[in-house]
This record gives sequence, structure tokens and C-alpha cells, in this order.
Amino acid sequence: MAEVTLVEAIDMALAHEMARDASVVLLGEDIGVNGGVFRATNGLQKRYGAERVLDTPLAEGGIAGVAIGMAATGLKPVAEIQFSGFIYPTIDQMINHAARLRNRTRARLTCPMVLRSPCGAGIHAPEHHSESPEALFAHMPGLRVVAPTTPARAYGLLLAAIRDPDPVVFLEPTRLYRLFREEVVDDGSALPLDTCFVSREGRDVTVVTWGASHAEVMSAAEAAAEQGIEIEVIDLATLKPYDVDTILASVGKTGRCVIVHEAPRTAGFGAEIAAEVSERALYSLLAPVTRVTGYDVVVPLSRLEKHYMPSVERIVDAVQKAMEAA
Amino acid sequence: MGVDFHIDYLQLLSPDGRVSEVAGDVAQDRERLVAFHRAMTRARLFDSKAIALQRTGKLGTFASALGQEAIGVGVAAAMRAEDLLVPSYRDHAAQFLRGVTMVEILLYWGGDERGSDFAVPRSDFPICVPVGTQIAHATGAAYAFKLRREPRVAVSFIGDGGANNGGFYEALNMAGVWRAPLVVVINNNGWAISTPRTLGSAAETLAQKAIAAGIEGRQVDGNDVLAVHRAAGEAIEKARNGGGPTVIEALSYRLGDHTTADDASRYRDPESVRAAWEREPIARLRAYLLERGHWSKEQESALLKECGEEVESAASAYLSEPPQSCEAMFEHLFATLPRTMRRQCETAMRFAGGTGSEHG
Repeated sequence: MAEVTLVEAIDMALAHEMARDASVVLLGEDIGVNGGVFRATNGLQKRYGAERVLDTPLAEGGIAGVAIGMAATGLKPVAEIQFSGFIYPTIDQMINHAARLRNRTRARLTCPMVLRSPCGAGIHAPEHHSESPEALFAHMPGLRVVAPTTPARAYGLLLAAIRDPDPVVFLEPTRLYRLFREEVVDDGSALPLDTCFVSREGRDVTVVTWGASHAEVMSAAEAAAEQGIEIEVIDLATLKPYDVDTILASVGKTGRCVIVHEAPRTAGFGAEIAAEVSERALYSLLAPVTRVTGYDVVVPLSRLEKHYMPSVERIVDAVQKAMEAA
Repeated sequence: MGVDFHIDYLQLLSPDGRVSEVAGDVAQDRERLVAFHRAMTRARLFDSKAIALQRTGKLGTFASALGQEAIGVGVAAAMRAEDLLVPSYRDHAAQFLRGVTMVEILLYWGGDERGSDFAVPRSDFPICVPVGTQIAHATGAAYAFKLRREPRVAVSFIGDGGANNGGFYEALNMAGVWRAPLVVVINNNGWAISTPRTLGSAAETLAQKAIAAGIEGRQVDGNDVLAVHRAAGEAIEKARNGGGPTVIEALSYRLGDHTTADDASRYRDPESVRAAWEREPIARLRAYLLERGHWSKEQESALLKECGEEVESAASAYLSEPPQSCEAMFEHLFATLPRTMRRQCETAMRFAGGTGSEHG
């Protein structure tokens, strides 16, 4: 057993699956010799060869497109998009082909691929490196969208994503890549893609979150506990299709729901959860469902980014307001 | 530094039905030539029927291949069954030779996903509508063949319009780097809906776009099935033997509208269409076959009758196919319907009533 960072856990999961399944191939920009700009594929080309760990030309739409061709003909490609701001050219291929190949051929052809990308702000990166595009992908029928929050979850969820018979968009919170270490057993155990995780149990307020904001939510839960407020933290993990049952059960218990995400507010994925909770748990609610999100602005460059990302203070404030309502 | 490049142009059968001396044995291969003629005739009769079905409200939008039959037939005839076709949306002439049925193509354009569940070429890609996106699929598939050391080739079609799309360049570029067993055939029919070839690209040929990707590019007379077949066969076998990809620009003309939703008389001169009819692919091969005594007027009548009956029978089978249950929308979205989507499926079924097909 080893204590590893989240990005090391990604590397471990990729290595494990490449050893287990010869049809797994990795492709992306600078992922081979260089091991990826974040080192998520560190050492893998050396171990598995340049045929299975491909340094591609710089062409994100093409990367997604060739991955689809590979997936439809028996490989299990895991494509890396170097930064989240460069993921947009893949949307054409992901929505028009990856998401619907199974459906449009009545399951004759399928697309078992993973599109991995770092996402989110908070590492003082240049422009176009701090986006949170999860809602764009979550809106597309036929895609699974996954966002891990801890090394162990990243390891298990990535294994599940690679083994899944359908396409998965796997969004890795850059800010958490090296934030902390935890023990991850490299035993090849996958985590379910249809269940969210209860990261912390609590009786007062359900806080639903995913990706990088999970770290602030956990800190907010500590802070709230000092004020006698017990937060139940739900890590959504798989955004699409998401495990609404666990959320409804939690809200049924707490009567309060706050949703936290770093992506912009309007038409963010939090709106979907808020709508579903309102529709199906209204009579359990003691307070309005609220959201703490990034603002509807262009994600700022590094000097202002700390004001953009949901902070512990904003989350605690929203939780206190929920408590004050009833 | 600096490089020179050359794009050759291959024509073996002239518009007036004369065969070049470099055509070789194929010019005497009656069986093969008749097979080409039959396949092109079949495709053309199917085309007419599909348009008639659309005009009478029995088919959705359809993209005719009128005048471009030699491209599909020449290319598909050069493929092996285990090769992979990644078509665009005007390639039923090729798809028929691959084993796709007329009923399947009609189902697709008639609004039924089962039309892309080909019974025979199980690995071939379905029709691709988003122009330019399909070449990357062929490149990826070709890479998979190469990785597994399978002697298979991926063949993809694109139009002259599509060859201006970024996806085309990206996919070619990767195929060049990887020396993937890929053949890309550009059906240059002169028109991207209303945009003429001259407004699409300032490049003198579209084949030369391959040069920038380090790939061989060549032009053929796309209305000459012998030339198309020769060029495709050479490119496919080169790819199979590790020689890397090729781009073939097949020069043809879109004698019909872009699709049944288009009216080409709005933007093109009828005189240019009339002139293009002089160069169409079926008449020239038939003229050659008749002149050589390989074919007779009686055989032609019999062929038209036989293909006509086949097309009518396919149309009847298509029209009598009941729609899928509305549950089918959900059935193939994922390998297993996510538990959280069952409610949506139940709602759809409830409002569709019974099997869901009554309101389909």
C-alpha cells in the first residue's frame, strides 16, 4: 500500500488497466516520453511502448475522433485532453459520434472510450486552463460524466470508466492533483459509476458537490461543525447519469440542500439537481434549495481566481442561511 | 530546401467509351466489367426510387448519388470483406457492394435507426452526416488494425466540401504520422450544396492536400469506374502492405440536387449540368461493353428489369416494416439503461400507449 496523490492514482489506474487489458491504449499530447504535462501518464510509454501510449499531433478534435474509430474497432482508448480550455473542439466528436454510436447502430457498434481532462481553476494557470465544462458534457445524452475528488476515488472511478462499455468524460480537478495524499490499494477494484459517495454524514444540511469544490466543502463542514451545524457532504462523483436517490434520501433526512460547484451558475449542473430536489423532495424541505457556484463570468486569470471559486466562507454562509430559514 | 510535388490524373475509360491502352487486362475482363455495370445500374435505379418515395411522402430527406456511381462501385469492389468502410452520406453505391441492403438504406433515410444495424458488414460505420468528422474514425480504426497486425484497411469517403473541413486535415495528418492503413476517397462532385468547388478551396487539386500530411495524393476520373477501381486497388493494397495512407480525389459531378431538400436550379446553370451528363459513368461503360460485344440491348433490358424488381421489392419491404416501439429510444443509449433513467422511459411508454408504436 502506498500513499499517493490524486494524479499518481490516475497513473496507477492507467498502468493497472494497461497491464490487465491489452486493448487499452492511451493517446494525447505529450503523454508519452514526457508523461503528460501533469505527469498523469508518467512512465507508461516506457512500460507499455509507444504503440500503446501515443504522443499525438496537436489536434484535440482529431484525438477524440480517432479514439472513436479505435473504440468502435475493438480498442479501449483513453484520450487525454491537455487542458480543459482545449476540450471544446472534442464536443463535435463526442456529441455527434461517441455519445450516439451505440444508439444509432442499435448496438452494432459501440464506443468504449474515456476522454480525460484536467479541469477547474486554482493553480495560477494561464488563460484557457481553468475551465469547468462538465455541464456541457452532462447535457449530452449517451455520455457518462465523472469527476473524482480523492486519490482513492480517482483510482476506482477511472478503472470503472475504462471498463465501462460506453464513452465516459473523466474530468480531473487540477487543483486536487497534488493537494493531499491518501492510501490507495492498487488491487484493480473499480468503484461504481451510478452511486454518489457520502463523504461525511450529518443531520442538518445536505451539501452536494463534485470535483475540486469537494475540498472546500469538507473544510466548510469542519467549520460548520464548530458552530454546531452538521453537514452531510455528498460527492456526486458521476454527474451523468447521477444518483438522485442518495441525494433525495439525504435531503429527506436533513430538510436542507445546498449545491456547490465551481462552474458558472446559470445552467450549471447544480440547477439540474436543484430542480430535481424541488420536484421530488419539496415536502421534506425546511429551507430553499440554494447554490454556491462560480459566477456567470469568464473565469478570471490567476490574480482574481480565488474570488471566483466557491470559498469555504461562501459555503458556510449558505449553510448558515439554510439553518436560519428553519 | 523546398520540394516539388506532382499530382497525377488517371483515366482509363473516356466519356465516349474508349479504353486507354494502359488499362491492361481489365479491359478484356468481361465478367468484372459487367459486374461494375450491374452495380452502377442497381445504385442508379435505387436512387430514382428513393427520390420517388421522398416525393410521395414515403421517405425522409435523401441524398442522391446520381452520376457518382463509379466512385462507390470502383472503390468498394477493390476492398476485401474484412476491410472497413467509413462512409459519408452519399455512398450507398459502395455500401451495397459491401452488403448493406436497400431496405437498410431506406430505413435509415426513412427515420429508423435499424437501418444502420447492417446485417452483413457488421464492422462498417454507419452513414455520417456531420461533414468531415468521419475521416478521424477511419484513421483510428486503421490504427487499431495496425496495432493488432491485422491486414485490414480502412476506407473513407468525403466530399469536396468536406475536404475543406478541419476534421479532414487533422485526421489525414495523424494518419500520415502513424502510416495508418487508410485510404481516403474525395468524391469531388463540384458542389457543396450551393458552394462550387472554386469557392471551397483555392488549391488546384484537392488531392494535393494529402501532400501537406506527408501522404500520397492522386486524381482519377471519378466517372471512370476502371480508373477508380485501379487507383483504389493500388492504394488499398499499398496500405495493407504497410505503405501507409493515400488520398484519391475522384472528379465527378453531382447531377442531382444536394438532397431531396435542395433545389439546385436556384444556383447552377442548367447548361453545366447538361454538359456533365455527357461525362456520366454508366453510359460510357455500357458503350464500351456494347461496342466490344460484351453486352447486348436484350441483356440491358433484362438487367433494368431485374434491378427494377429488386428496388420495388426493397421499397415494399421498407414500407411494410412497422416502427420500433418508443422504448427503443432508451434501449441502446447505454449498454444498460441507468436506473435513474427508468422513470423517463416509463413516462414515454405511458404516453405512447401500449407498445409505443401506435404514436410512433
